[in-house]
Amino acid sequence: MSGPSTFVPKSAIGRWFESRLPIMGLVHSSFIAFPVPRNLNYMWTFGAILAFMLIAQIITGVVLAMHYVPSATTAFQSISHIMRDVNYGWLMRYMHTNGASLFFLACYIHIFRGLYYGSFKPPRELLWIIGVIIYFLMAATAFLGYVLPWGAMSFAGATVITNLVTAIPFVGTGIAHWLWGGFAVGGPTVNRFFSLHYLLPFIIAAFVGLHVWALHVTGQNNPDGVEVQNVDRDTVPFTPYATMKDIFAVSVWLILYAWLIFFIPNYLLDADNYNIANPLVTPAHVVPEWYLLPFYAILRAIPNKLMGVVALFASIAILAFVPWLDRNPVKSAKYRPAFRFFFWVFVVICVLLGWIGSQEPGDAMTLVARILTVGYFGFFLVIMPILSFAEKTRPIPASIADAVLAKKPVPAE
Amino acid sequence: MTAATTTQAPNRRDFLYLATGAVGAVGVAAVAWPFIDQMNPDASTLAMASTEVDIAAVPEGQILTIKWRGGPVFVRHRTKKEIEDAQNVELSELRDPQTDASRVQKPEWLIVVGICTHLGCVPIGHEGKYEGWFCPCHGSVYDTSGRIRQGPAPLNLAVPEYKFLTDTRLKIG
Ligand code: HEM
Ligand code: FES
Repeated sequence: MSGPSTFVPKSAIGRWFESRLPIMGLVHSSFIAFPVPRNLNYMWTFGAILAFMLIAQIITGVVLAMHYVPSATTAFQSISHIMRDVNYGWLMRYMHTNGASLFFLACYIHIFRGLYYGSFKPPRELLWIIGVIIYFLMAATAFLGYVLPWGAMSFAGATVITNLVTAIPFVGTGIAHWLWGGFAVGGPTVNRFFSLHYLLPFIIAAFVGLHVWALHVTGQNNPDGVEVQNVDRDTVPFTPYATMKDIFAVSVWLILYAWLIFFIPNYLLDADNYNIANPLVTPAHVVPEWYLLPFYAILRAIPNKLMGVVALFASIAILAFVPWLDRNPVKSAKYRPAFRFFFWVFVVICVLLGWIGSQEPGDAMTLVARILTVGYFGFFLVIMPILSFAEKTRPIPASIADAVLAKKPVPAE
Repeated sequence: MTAATTTQAPNRRDFLYLATGAVGAVGVAAVAWPFIDQMNPDASTLAMASTEVDIAAVPEGQILTIKWRGGPVFVRHRTKKEIEDAQNVELSELRDPQTDASRVQKPEWLIVVGICTHLGCVPIGHEGKYEGWFCPCHGSVYDTSGRIRQGPAPLNLAVPEYKFLTDTRLKIG
């Protein structure tokens, strides 16, 4: 859709530069002239919110790294030092910690948006898969970061997650020792995790570049799920329309962010993590951060160690196969009543899995977790393929313009 | 260049081409290995391979936790009842069948690595249905011989290498 840029800079210096490195044309075609479907709703502002959160994490992270000292004997103290002594250190840390939570919240909304409106369907399969990779890298980055404060929960989390590799037959234990740099999680572990925690966000940034690139080849999907046919009738230019809407949405998001940071900065944190890590004791109630709870519940639902680990990874990996599991040509759930119903059931299942993940393990809980795990995979492996063919969809509009300008006003999203 | 090259049998040039590739592959592997191996436990970590401990002060019924190779080892002074419970179990009931006798040197002293064989948390003593250990992470239950009885863990708590230097002095590792 973007095609070669027709951008011509106004100044002579600009033209000299552009004919040697057409970077302004790239920006112009991607963020100014880029045609945006005119029916987008606020669900389409989460890309901008995510970009904002990534930058916020990188800036606050680089600042924290100036004061943080990664080793088993110093990590915990250096966080206290940041909180008490460093000028505005408390602010930097609360921004970074709560920023991670909001980053995930935005990411989940973004993913559910894609599922609801069929944004993963042709021609956007690769765009979707790059997104799944970014999500996986985010989970890895947040896991590594959570180990750095070296609290009791950091240690337990590091232990449980790195032990996932011990499920691999024969070589698993060796790989675990290799990851730890010892026979248990310890000083060498926190040091290397810091190195990787610093590295991964930049790899994420590179994948975000690919994500945006792929997006600008296929163009955006939209709430009606019909492709752009006539650029003049169906789209508006990115600037000012999308730019302003994105700035507004980011501003509203900032209110939420500020509220978390200034009023309830510890609400999403775990009190146990204000105790220093002790390799000889595990906290009575080990739970991950809220954003990983559903996967934790799936891990615990399976009674067999290897299968539990496989299910955990499968629950994320299955997202990458969605373009081939849901083959219904109608993209948007707006025109798919049955899919829309099961979509909301799936959302409820995910939330309930998260709740189960936060509860103490027990027989009753395990049973509920198993039922929900079956529901989680059932949505992808049973509902999606069946509804690909069996669903009676509603008629879709002929074009985006028709949907927007329809005599009968379209029900608000 | 002549047209004959297309049908020629493998010649010196082909050999050099393959040999160069092979040497290159070996070179890449040789350079990659130090980058991988640097993450393995280092010499200072390996040097802490054994620990000695005095167990005279551990009363019957108590569990002493000591640190060995960065992680916990449980030294459990078992009561009569705990020993009997551990011995009177049918092997067929066990997920990882082992007799109690094969897991101890002296029945009153059970020495096991305090790391849950599921995902590595430290189980809590005297808890769970069999009053051996209960793992708070995902609910694995061990008996008074440290054998897995319920929950996701696949194996019994490991028995480390150890030796009684005297009646009250124990060397682990
Ligand atoms: C993808 C973006 C990132 C995410 C999702 C993320 C996530 C996290 C999380 C969840 C923590 C634990 C916070 C706590 O419990 O206190 C953390 C800590 C930390 N992160 Fe990041 N991070 C990101 C980027 C970065 C970057 C680019 C740096 C630069 C070096 C960085 C440096 C640190 C440091 C020094 C800590 C320890 C201080 C602390 O725990 O508050 N992070 N990160
Ligand atoms: S680590 Fe003990 S049950 Fe999972």
